[in-house]
Amino acid sequence: MDQLQLAENVEKYLSGQLNDAEKKAFEESRQNSAELDQMVVEYQSFIEQIERYGDVRRFKSNLYDTHQTLQEEGIIKEQKINTTAKIINLWSRYRRVAVVAASIAGITALFISGMITLFSPKTPFNDIEELRRKVSSLERQSSNQRNELNNFKSKIEPGASVKFGGTSFMIDAKGYLATSAHVLKGAKKIYVQNHEGEEFLAEIIESDQTADIAILKITDADFKPSKQLPYGFAKTTTDLSESVYTLGYPKDEIVYNEGYLSSKTGLDGDTLSCQLTISANPGNSGGPVLNKNGEVIGILSARQASANGVVFATKSKNIYKLLQTMKESDTSNVVKIHNTSSIKNINRSSQVKKVQEHVYMVKVVLG
Amino acid sequence: MGITEQEKIAFKAIGNNEKEAIELVYKENYGLIQHFVVYNNGTEDDARDIFQEAMMVLYEKSKQPDFELTCQIKTYLYSVCRRLWLKKLQHARRIEMQIENFDNIVPVEEDLEDHEKLTNQYLIMRTAMGKIGEPCKSLIEAFYVHHKNMQEIAGFFGYTNADNAKNQKYKCLVRLKKLFFAQYKNQ
Repeated sequence: MDQLQLAENVEKYLSGQLNDAEKKAFEESRQNSAELDQMVVEYQSFIEQIERYGDVRRFKSNLYDTHQTLQEEGIIKEQKINTTAKIINLWSRYRRVAVVAASIAGITALFISGMITLFSPKTPFNDIEELRRKVSSLERQSSNQRNELNNFKSKIEPGASVKFGGTSFMIDAKGYLATSAHVLKGAKKIYVQNHEGEEFLAEIIESDQTADIAILKITDADFKPSKQLPYGFAKTTTDLSESVYTLGYPKDEIVYNEGYLSSKTGLDGDTLSCQLTISANPGNSGGPVLNKNGEVIGILSARQASANGVVFATKSKNIYKLLQTMKESDTSNVVKIHNTSSIKNINRSSQVKKVQEHVYMVKVVLG
Repeated sequence: MGITEQEKIAFKAIGNNEKEAIELVYKENYGLIQHFVVYNNGTEDDARDIFQEAMMVLYEKSKQPDFELTCQIKTYLYSVCRRLWLKKLQHARRIEMQIENFDNIVPVEEDLEDHEKLTNQYLIMRTAMGKIGEPCKSLIEAFYVHHKNMQEIAGFFGYTNADNAKNQKYKCLVRLKKLFFAQYKNQ
């Protein structure tokens, strides 16, 4: 009897689908073989686990629905007594107004002092010039600040230059991201922003300039880790002509592009990277390159200025390597990545929908 | 305080996942628990989480054949919530419990230990299910959770016959088992 048949018999036996004669025969062989007996017991407890999982899930969804309905009917009412929370709410609501008010007051004060210096007769001419410049530069700065406050997103002018922005993606749902090392050059502060526009503070924990990879960790307290990543990481290279796609932030909104693998090596035969034919723009740097199975095969790093559509990507096995060296040098950051993708058999647009949640814009504040 | 026949029926029905019973118990007890949590440095979301976890414990107990509820559902839920919330407060090192407006408490420590074990198993299974990928996940769920027969499953997933579906299901089950026990033994 092969494994499949055996399993089927066990299942039939447990669910009482065997007729009397079959049942008797089965029980006899169960008594004779300790191995079979153990298999039946193990099988039964495992099936119970699956069924319990289903039941619990159903119960949880019932609880959730009930809460929803009762709240809609007004039977469950929200209860607010927490005064500290109110103050925090007020503060966070009016924080921006307070900042604007404070900066306007500051600017006015500077203006007045500037005017006084300007009109006071004894000041040498040079000083006046300088102060003026300072004031006008302050003015410019303050209007920038106001812009920033009005437009929450524009901490850094997006897409202005590759230096300032790029793309990154989760490699471990706990808050570890991979991106291109060159994106972070000269960075003083790094923010990452998800597709819903939420910003989180992040820091570099490891980088490899040769392979052009950096690992970031989100240190922001507001960040809520997600459960699991939909994509896996390929350990081997994809075949030539294989279709690939990428997601990135060449502008404020996430952008999808697709192309194919055109060479297994990068510029001048560089074996760390591979060559793609895909349309990419500044800002796409650091984005994941995925194959049709939803496996990350590389990180987008550069394009050839002289040729159109030629783009280079660092191979994903370099991520594995970097994590390995990281693990050896420092045990405080344990990053786990897996090579299985859970979006293997679904169509491209559903894949993208799942992947985009884990692709983040990188905003670099230069020091 | 004894338990009425009506409560016994409601308790049994919770274990059978009956929506009316869930709604009834929810309606009658949620206010009390929310009051308790919110007045003890919690938020509404905390109240909902704690209450739903306590309902989960009630559900598990109702399914357990050798368990008999000896106090009112209200008392039981309150005792569980109180214990869970106390634990959470201690964990977050927040301020000590301030008010006790309900003195009727039954010991629930052991029940909560069981609950922790079961929750753990549930989470491992959920992770394993997440890892086996499609179509395995849907296939396993269709058979073991939604109790569809192999003929229906073959039709739905586009297998040419029930035997092919059965074959695939077996392969999926073996993979699930491996993933599940790999985690389970680590615990």
